[in-house]
Amino acid sequence: MKQIITPIWEVFLRSKNGLDHKHAGSLHASDAEQALQNARDVYTRRNEGISIWVVESKHITASQPDDEGSFFEPGEKIYRHPTFYHVPEGVKNL
Amino acid sequence: MTNENLYKYLIRMADNSLIFGHRISEWTGKCPTLEEDIALSNFALDFVGQSRSLYTYAAAIEGKGRDEDQLAYVKLLHDYKNILLLEQPNGDFGYTIMRAFIYSTFMHKFWLKMLNSKDETLAAIAAKSEKEAAYHVRHSAEWVIRLGDGTQESHNRMQTAADEIWRFTAEMFETDEIEMALIADGVAIDPKEIQDEWLSYIQEIFEMATLTLNQDVFMQTGGRSGQHSEYLGYILCELQWVQLTYPNSKW
Repeated sequence: MKQIITPIWEVFLRSKNGLDHKHAGSLHASDAEQALQNARDVYTRRNEGISIWVVESKHITASQPDDEGSFFEPGEKIYRHPTFYHVPEGVKNL
Repeated sequence: MTNENLYKYLIRMADNSLIFGHRISEWTGKCPTLEEDIALSNFALDFVGQSRSLYTYAAAIEGKGRDEDQLAYVKLLHDYKNILLLEQPNGDFGYTIMRAFIYSTFMHKFWLKMLNSKDETLAAIAAKSEKEAAYHVRHSAEWVIRLGDGTQESHNRMQTAADEIWRFTAEMFETDEIEMALIADGVAIDPKEIQDEWLSYIQEIFEMATLTLNQDVFMQTGGRSGQHSEYLGYILCELQWVQLTYPNSKW
């Protein structure tokens, strides 16, 4: 007998208006509507969010551990951080 | 007299919620998937929570110093006034979902009407319960469609469940002189007023689920007057055990 595996979905929650959706976890569901309902039941029981996104995990393209050198190490350049300024006194909202 | 009627009306509603909540809670830890386990446990909590609100209000109306626990747990079998549908065993997952769908569809429309009750406490309980019921309908309806229009096996199970459950549905729409008096006062709602929309929604979902609604069955009633099936006794053995063994114990 062929084993039917229920697809895995990734769940993203927005905790309040103005904030981004953040990854909350994953779950099994047969389709998008059930994924949304399962996400509601599994991840928002304690007022964690006001908006839910679900996306089937297979649609996510992920970087591989092998990519680490070429992807991330060039990021270690100190001049790419805006740390060479003196912030004038009295500037708010920084 | 009015208060006595209201008390009885509240107990009927509370018993329905408590017994159904207990039934569904039997799935906790045993559902086919973790996600559904949490979903059905949420259902159970919603119903038990509704029963708490109703018993607490009933205790206040009664005014004899009894609390919600005593009204819920310390009484004889025939003092439970829940409808027969809700005490039936869970059966398979299909039966559980089909019953939840049929009953939640009724309750959602029931609470929507109850929003307009002249009794402010009932209207407030309805405002909270209506949102819960809306989700119960959404979740169970999606399952009915998927399982009814799923494999041959799941279709057969859903059709069997619908056929077995239907004979218990008439009791939801029964009214007696207690309810008629409260309906006339604008406190209770007349379930017959929601019967048509209830039925048409069930038919709509059944059509999507490729299920047949066989309505030509003998209707079983009696729970509302305390005449129960054997199954309620087994529920009470478990439900009442703590309260009878350790009376008035507190969490």
